[in-house]
Amino acid sequence: MTAASLLPLPEDKHPLVARLVDGLEAPALQWLSGYLAGLATQRQAGGKNATNEPAAAPEAQARLTVVYGSQTGNAKRLAEDLGRRASAAGLAVRVVRADAYSTRELKQERLLYVVISTQGDGDPPDDSRALVEFLASARAPKLDALRYGVLGLGDSSYPNFCAIGRQLDDRLATLGAQRLFAAGEADVDLETVSQPWLDQALQQAREQLKASAPLAKVTTLRTARTTPAWHRDQPFQAPLLLNQRMTGRGSDRDVRHLEFSLEGSGLRYAPGDALGVWPRQSPALVDAVLHTLHLDGEATVRVAEEEHSLRTWLAHHRELTLLTRPFFTAHAERSGDASLQELLLPASRDALSALFSRWQVLDLLRKHPGEWTAETLVAALRPLAPRLYSIASSQSVVGDEVHLTVSHVDYTFEGEARWGTASRYLAQHAEGESAPVFIEANERFHLPADDRDIVMIGAGTGVAPFRAFVQERAERGAGGRNWLVFGNPHFHSDFLYQTEWQQALKNGSLHRIDLAFSRDQAEKRYVQHGLLEQGRRLYEWLDAGAHVYVCGDANRMAKDVHKALVAIVAEHGARSTEDAEAWLNQLIQQGRYARDVY
Amino acid sequence: MSDNGLSDLERIKADSRLLRGTLIESLADPVTGAISEDDNKLLKFHGSYQQDDRDLREERRKQKLEPAYQFMVRARLPGGVLSPAQWLSFDHIVRTWANHTLRITTRQTFQLHGILKRDLKRSIAAMNEALVSTIAACGDVNRNVVASANPVATPAHRLAYRWAERLSEYLKPKTRAYHEIWLDEKRVAGGEPESEPLYGPTYLPRKFKIGVAVPPTNDVDVFAQDLGLIAIIENSELLGFNIAVGGGMGASHGDASTYPRLGSVLGFVEPEQLLRTAEGVIEVQRDYGDRKERKHARLKYTIDRMGLSAFKAELERRLGFSLQPSRAYRFDHNGDRYGWTEGDDGRWHLTLQIESGRLADGPGQPHLSGLRAIAQVHQGDFRMTCNQNLIIANVPSTQRDRIDALVTEYKLDGYRRLSGIRRHAVACVALPTCGLAMAESERYLPQLLPRLEALLDRHGLRDEPILLRLSGCPNGCSRPYLGEIALIGRAIGRYDLRLGADFAGQRLNRVVRENIDEAEILAELDALFARYAVERHDDERFGDFLVRSGVLAAARHPIDVEVFA
Repeated sequence: MTAASLLPLPEDKHPLVARLVDGLEAPALQWLSGYLAGLATQRQAGGKNATNEPAAAPEAQARLTVVYGSQTGNAKRLAEDLGRRASAAGLAVRVVRADAYSTRELKQERLLYVVISTQGDGDPPDDSRALVEFLASARAPKLDALRYGVLGLGDSSYPNFCAIGRQLDDRLATLGAQRLFAAGEADVDLETVSQPWLDQALQQAREQLKASAPLAKVTTLRTARTTPAWHRDQPFQAPLLLNQRMTGRGSDRDVRHLEFSLEGSGLRYAPGDALGVWPRQSPALVDAVLHTLHLDGEATVRVAEEEHSLRTWLAHHRELTLLTRPFFTAHAERSGDASLQELLLPASRDALSALFSRWQVLDLLRKHPGEWTAETLVAALRPLAPRLYSIASSQSVVGDEVHLTVSHVDYTFEGEARWGTASRYLAQHAEGESAPVFIEANERFHLPADDRDIVMIGAGTGVAPFRAFVQERAERGAGGRNWLVFGNPHFHSDFLYQTEWQQALKNGSLHRIDLAFSRDQAEKRYVQHGLLEQGRRLYEWLDAGAHVYVCGDANRMAKDVHKALVAIVAEHGARSTEDAEAWLNQLIQQGRYARDVY
Repeated sequence: MSDNGLSDLERIKADSRLLRGTLIESLADPVTGAISEDDNKLLKFHGSYQQDDRDLREERRKQKLEPAYQFMVRARLPGGVLSPAQWLSFDHIVRTWANHTLRITTRQTFQLHGILKRDLKRSIAAMNEALVSTIAACGDVNRNVVASANPVATPAHRLAYRWAERLSEYLKPKTRAYHEIWLDEKRVAGGEPESEPLYGPTYLPRKFKIGVAVPPTNDVDVFAQDLGLIAIIENSELLGFNIAVGGGMGASHGDASTYPRLGSVLGFVEPEQLLRTAEGVIEVQRDYGDRKERKHARLKYTIDRMGLSAFKAELERRLGFSLQPSRAYRFDHNGDRYGWTEGDDGRWHLTLQIESGRLADGPGQPHLSGLRAIAQVHQGDFRMTCNQNLIIANVPSTQRDRIDALVTEYKLDGYRRLSGIRRHAVACVALPTCGLAMAESERYLPQLLPRLEALLDRHGLRDEPILLRLSGCPNGCSRPYLGEIALIGRAIGRYDLRLGADFAGQRLNRVVRENIDEAEILAELDALFARYAVERHDDERFGDFLVRSGVLAAARHPIDVEVFA
């Protein structure tokens, strides 16, 4: 390991690290990495003000949190009233609106009061939908250390009076939290119930917060693994927490936001890294192949020291959607079909690649029948490889989770459904089920020093790592500016993570966004058009040291973007095209122009 | 509420530079399909509301997409009259940029729904090209002036329509903001400083509605208007207008300080005094209306706070003349008369029933296409009614067969077969586009009507005309407080049931049951229909029966009101 590869470190620290680790034995290095990991965890939890003390008690624990969900303002008023009274009583308290409350904090809470209204016949207030949904979901954490009280507001002329308050009260108990006193259910005449509840809540808060002595210092450091326990050949079974379609109605694509749990795996990743996923073939496709070739799926097949049934081979270990040249060649021989042989001639190169882009293995087997035995088939098919997806989350924000943005490749070919193996495997994955995953580091695509500006250019699901970047930089309070250039077909349905970008712009963690929706006007408009329009500004950023990242389609987008960058550097940097190319190559060398394209 | 106690909207108006705000910047923001909150309020004055498809709100939140923002655009069509060429323009606009439907409102105009932000400007510009503006179709100004669509008496309609046009033009905001934002008009440097001589820089405290009725037809619900004008005609000569002030429908659930109110007849003015009188009423409201609490800002509250005589005195002081005692008049109905009628100039008018005023191409119901086909051959004009219906007006007798054939071909001939209640049903838009809706209205009407018809059938009342008004919230776009039967939304599937208005828009209904579901509504009505069928007097209307028989006490105004009439 050399200090130079520690990319997140400011350059002036490189020599210090080199000196620190020089000559240390493995146990010392292991201790050091654990020490640093513990420090990192604590800084994350404590925010920017964390001291250098290795183990100060987090302050959150001696504090009362009042979360409210309010439609008409009553719940807000009561929550604020409680906050004022608690504060006047000398208690540490904060009052947070439900949609401003980060559910990640739940685990750290020790004393929580929830004041929440029920709308109409059992709906949460708009500001609380996400919180209520989160708590009801499988993603809600165990809350054994939490004590709580709930005040529901409602209108008893509805059958489901105070349904939401009641639901939260039950759910928190189910999650292991301790109910301090019975939930209040306030009717239209609020005060009758709310005042006694507030009195009781205040009384309990006094006792609880007084009773909890300062906690013992946290002395255990996270033990770092010298080699990750989980890797490509030994993937972690990660439970899927959320499988959410992100493209709106009318979109011609199905893009999923997936959240997996890494809890207990010890897996760590940095923004820019990828998640490897081992997919499985759909049973329907395996059956179709078996049926077409008249082969018995239960037949035992032994290839290269491994033995499985043919069905298992095909489902777990072989590519069945991607058509490859070796397999095509083998099949051409077996079928004895002259037209296939002809396609393999050098002159047919374009025809063959066109065919590969349309046909899958099954199409070849059906259209040009050929004889295969189970063994020869398994030997000829390409071994199934894991798919790598750019991670769409920052671990400093999502903790034990990892998020992906996956486009479900799903189309009809000659009247039959066709799909991409892994995207279908993921898109059809049920929440709660696990998938075999591992982390694939991508050092070339990591963030620069905090004070550097970055330009992020992503089309379609290429936006994924930039969500991780912006999350990470916001969490770190990085000073550099963040500029996103995003493109997709339609504003209305395909603006991936739209509400998150809007929020990031509002809170200053995203400084600029340029958009290109290709099909919203007569002329097609892509990310490179957005770049060219902002050419002067982009060159200024680059010239001042900004890092530029490109993620997405390798065939067209990345090439068009590169051409646009060359044109911009040539025009605004007053360079010839060759010099502009050379200048950009230099950026690539320096790691300031990074691409993650596929 | 801002520091000086005024409602936030007052600050927005005052800072808007006569309704400009940052609308141009908001329209250009590519990150959102919405406009800023402040601009939202200003946009109304330009005749448009930002809305979103509420059916998709939850789904899109999960998709991390903002709500499906879209815009409603409302035209300014005084008296609800438009030419076939204008009809074809609207038809083109809704099929190009909106949701392929035209919506006739209860204020006699078109509403277009589902226009995306990027198409808003060109939609409004296209309307202006067809010589239809949208300015002041919403907002704290005088809105679209409605006038009796009366297809029976040609001179009466001509008169009501002419006054609606004159009032509309006279009371229009003078700002050039509209032309700059939507029609690319350049500001003239060093020109006359712009001003709003009537409205001032903060416009009115709240919306203001004017309607012109010609007795005996009260199809505009003249007592639901802030300023209702009742034309007094003797021997075919217009003598002048009784003026009624302080009508208004809106209320809030559970807030007794808000209430529907019928206009109070204040006196009579001669035709040449009318414009100045309308202006005077607006001035008093401008200066005395509540600018702190928008719930109490309509003219009806201003009048009830001042007292009617004090209001009258202040009005007369400003006018410099006294109102004459009001003249006798009589209304006998506020619904529409369907089918063909002949005007006294030998031209013919065909009134069609349009359910909830929605013109769309539904399965087996190609109504939008049908009216396009009619507009392509029609030689007269179109009139919308305040009951959301449509009159194909001024048809020469030689064209009647042709129009009839098209009406039949495109299934627009439902009026021939409708039950009494269906002919008198009005519903507001509500879900999924209206931001105020608490329950379904327009989408619920087609489910509710057959169930009501089944009950009416059972009691032999199928052809009995009964005013049914459905509203998704208590604000009252469908004028529900004047329905013999009215449902006012409380939550999805739950309504307040109100009963007992009269048949001519002169008596408010009252609440009978609060927050009940359909089964309870139907049970309640079934019992009352049963009694009505047996106990009614000859020709007695349902609402009148309920009051006479003592089933209901007549509604009283929430406070004691002096009566001048």
